This record gives sequence, structure tokens and C-alpha cells, in this order.
Amino acid sequence: MDALFSSLLGNVDWYEIWLATLDTLLMLGGSLLFTIILGLPLGVLLFLTGPRQLFENGPLYSFLSFVVNVLRSLPFIILLIVMIPFTVLVTGTSLGVAGAIPPLVVGAAPFFARLVETALREVDRGIIEATQAMGATTRQIIFNALLPEARPGIIAAVTVTAITLVSYTAMAGVVGAGGLGDLAIRFGYQRFQTDVMVVTVVLLLVLVQVLQSVGDKLVTHFSRK
Amino acid sequence: MIEFQQVHKTYRVAGRGTAREVPALKPTELTIGAGEVFGLIGHSGAGKSTLLRLINRLEDPSGGRILVNGEDVTALDANGLRRFRQRVGMIFQHFNLLMSKTVADNVAMPLRLAGNHSRSEIDSRVAALLDRVGLKDQARKYPAQLSGGQKQRVGIARALATEPDILLCDEATSALDPQTTASVLQLLAEINAELKLTIVLITHEMDVIRRVCDRVAVMDGGEIVEQGPVTEVFLHPKHPTTQRFVLEDEAVDEGEQHDDFAHVPGRILRLTFQGEATYKPLLGTVARETGVDFSILSGRIDRIKDTPYGQLTLALVGGDMGAALAQLDAADVHVEVLR
Repeated sequence: MDALFSSLLGNVDWYEIWLATLDTLLMLGGSLLFTIILGLPLGVLLFLTGPRQLFENGPLYSFLSFVVNVLRSLPFIILLIVMIPFTVLVTGTSLGVAGAIPPLVVGAAPFFARLVETALREVDRGIIEATQAMGATTRQIIFNALLPEARPGIIAAVTVTAITLVSYTAMAGVVGAGGLGDLAIRFGYQRFQTDVMVVTVVLLLVLVQVLQSVGDKLVTHFSRK
Repeated sequence: MIEFQQVHKTYRVAGRGTAREVPALKPTELTIGAGEVFGLIGHSGAGKSTLLRLINRLEDPSGGRILVNGEDVTALDANGLRRFRQRVGMIFQHFNLLMSKTVADNVAMPLRLAGNHSRSEIDSRVAALLDRVGLKDQARKYPAQLSGGQKQRVGIARALATEPDILLCDEATSALDPQTTASVLQLLAEINAELKLTIVLITHEMDVIRRVCDRVAVMDGGEIVEQGPVTEVFLHPKHPTTQRFVLEDEAVDEGEQHDDFAHVPGRILRLTFQGEATYKPLLGTVARETGVDFSILSGRIDRIKDTPYGQLTLALVGGDMGAALAQLDAADVHVEVLR
């Protein structure tokens, strides 16, 4: 059994795999954190300045919407390369986990912001009206009514974004970011080590499955409908 | 208490190429007294919803002044408006409760937003309010677990949390079945009596007006076409829109309201009794003394809020018709000769 195992997965260096997995998780965690920090306010702003909303502002909404669309239509692999000077400016390096996070955030935050905007639009207008009628400030309407009511939708948005980030981290391997995707390309593809390829793909798959089921559980937990 | 002075509202509707101005409320004068239950009835698009939302400025008027307790609410700044709104409760057709908060947290929300109440003060007030609306045992549930009637009770408790002087009801019973409607209206009437709270409600059902309102204004095409005490407007409607509403209300009970009784012999009269007169044995007395016979073609004996009333359509035959009509005229009854 052992012999069979080692002959099948002969090229797999489990320590390398472990390090690559850690890198992927770090990139994912770091970029998800900053994506939420930047994307959530952007999504709220998109919602509030949108047509017939509390702070309806045509020009600002069009501008934000345009920026979001441009960033979303740029293929991530291009964004990775275009961002290198900026990344070096922010983190001092374009390599490794630190070098991957800025392009990951810039790639994912606009996407997340759109999902947040959509989740907020799902909140019944009547609830905003009722909160206004209680004498709430706009700030109170956002934090005490809009965000709590949209929480299941926002958690679903975080889940989808996290999974998108997993595939982005795999691509970031191209510019020397490390992680499972990098391992798959350098060993699995360029050195024809199919066993390494299979192991990394299985690990990425497991990661996505875990993220999705945790996300679904949280959405169910916070849905009171 | 609430006074509209030449208040009007126009919406700008973006059309193809040009923006159109649509009048939602024509210049309106209206006075609502302290402690009364005032009803606004109209079909959708009649402007009643706009008028209601002008009171707590969920809509801003295009012109005119709205005075509440002598204070011009159209002149309030953002902060003043917030404090004013805390003194005006509002309930809605679709309840508009926060699905993400428990019943108790929904009721506590206006107090938390106001920010000038201690936690224990909020807890005890919420408990008292839930007890008052009959939902003491539901405090920890979420709105999705409640029935429509229970949700509206939560809405009422929430609206009363800041001890407002005014309660605005936006089609509060339109999404409820008749039995639940009756119990919610009963609760509103009790609250009006207990707290001396002014209630302004809008509806498209005359039945709601009849059950709880003291005075009513009938709206059509963005203006008030008739207003007065409910007994007056309901029993002697003048404007065609009002007459339609009254007929619609009666049609629920009487399909034959539109019948002209062509096949019935004799004179046809409609008698309207109101208050104590409703209980007097008038018809028997008149029949005995003048020898006329009567048959009741249609009728309704009910209450308008606390006032009993009766409305009977009669056919009179034989006897001394002149004397009978004279006696009825002399009695405390409104007589219309239909034929």
C-alpha cells in the first residue's frame, strides 16, 4: 500500500505542499480582509447614490459605476502585471504573499462592491421608510437597518468573493506570488509532474467546498425569513 | 393640532425628452383636532398617501405650511425634523418590521435610535408595550414567525414606543383578513381612548372609517371632495365618490342595493335613524295610527364607531299615506322619498 502510494505520488514533496497551502491561505485571508474593508463602503456608497436612493447623485454614481466596471472588465492576469509598480510602492515588493495582496484586492473589491449594492437593493424600501419615520439619522439607517437587514445577502457576497479570490490566488502564481497555483504551474505543468498537479487541484477544490459550505451555513443562520 | 395651510405637492416625472409635473395633492386646507381619529379615504392615486406622508415629512410639500401643535414642521431643519418624527408614530400596510431583529428589538428600536433612554428603561417600556398589544409571549420571536395580525400589533407597539402625540396609519389593515382587521381596529380605538392620541389613518375601505373614525375626508384626484363627521358623511353622502364608497361598503352585505324595486307596489322611502332614535318603535306606531302597511325592502342596523344607526328602505301601502309621511317627517328621523 505504502509502496503503491509513493509510486503514484512520487514527485509530491509534502512539505512544499504544506508551505504552498499556507501561502494560499494567507493570500486569501489577507486579500479577503482588505477586499471587505474597501468593498463594503464602496458598495454602500454605490447603493446610496443610486437612482431613487437616499443620497441619489447621478454624476457620482455614474463615476463610481464606471470605475467598478473598468476594474471588473480587466482580466486579472493583466491587472497583476499592470499593478506591479503600484504594488512595489505599497508593499516594497511585487513577489510573495505581500506582493499578491494589492492586485487581489483591486481585482476583487469592485466585484464585491457590486454584490453588496445588489444585496442592499434587496432590502424592502418600506423598512428604510419606517426607520426614517422613527427619526433615524442617515448613519443610523445604514448601520441599524440597512446592513442588518442585508446581512444574509452580504455574507453570500463574501462567500462568492472568497471563492473568486481562491482562483485569483492561483493565477497570482504567475508573477511569483507562491501558493498552490504557483506549485501547480511550476511542477505540475512545466515539469510534467501530473501527481503534483492532481494534489494541488484537489486541495484547491477542498478549499472552495469548505468556503461555500461555511458561507451557506452562515447565510442560513442569519436568515430570519 | 394638525393644520394644513394651502399645502400642495407636485411630482416631477421624467418623460421622454421632457420632465412632466404631476400634481399629487392640490392646494389643501385641513384641520385635524387633538385626540380625534381622522380618516382619509380614497382610491389609489387619490393623494391620500401623499397627504399622510406630508405630516411627518416623508414627503416634502411643494408649497404651503403644515402646523403641528402650532409648530411649522415645513420649516424644521434636519435635527428638528428628527426630534419631531420621534413624536409621531407610524404603522404600515406591510408592517415594515426588521426581519433581522426580534419582536422586542423591533419595538425597542425607536427608543435606541433616540438615544436618550437607559437600557433598563427600554426593557421595561418594551415589556409594557408588548403586554398592551397582547404579545407578551412573543418577545423573542422573529417577525417571520408571526401572523399578519401579530406583525401589525408589533408595528403598533413600535409606533407607540416613544410615546408620540400622533399616530399615522398607512392602510394598516389592508393586508389583513376581516377578523384580524376588526381586532386591530379595536386595538387602535382603545389606544386612542387610553392615550388621548391623535390618529390619522388612510384606507380605501369605508368599513374601516365607519368602525373607528370620528371625522373623515374623502379624497379624489388629489383633493378633498367632502369632509365632516363620519355619521354625517356616511349616512348622507353628497359627492359621487363618497356615494360610491358608501355603496361599496353596503354591497358587502346587500346585493340588492342597486335594485330599483320596480315590481314593488306603493311609496318607497328611505329612513335614516341615528343615535337614540334607532331604538324607538317608530314604524309600529306610525302603522297603527295611520293604517299604512309597510314592508322592509332592505335595511341595515349597525354602529358608526359608538353611534348606533339604522337605514331602512320601506314600501308603504294603504291607509292614510299623507298622515304617515307627516308623522315620519316630524319624528327624529331623516326621510327620503325615493318614489
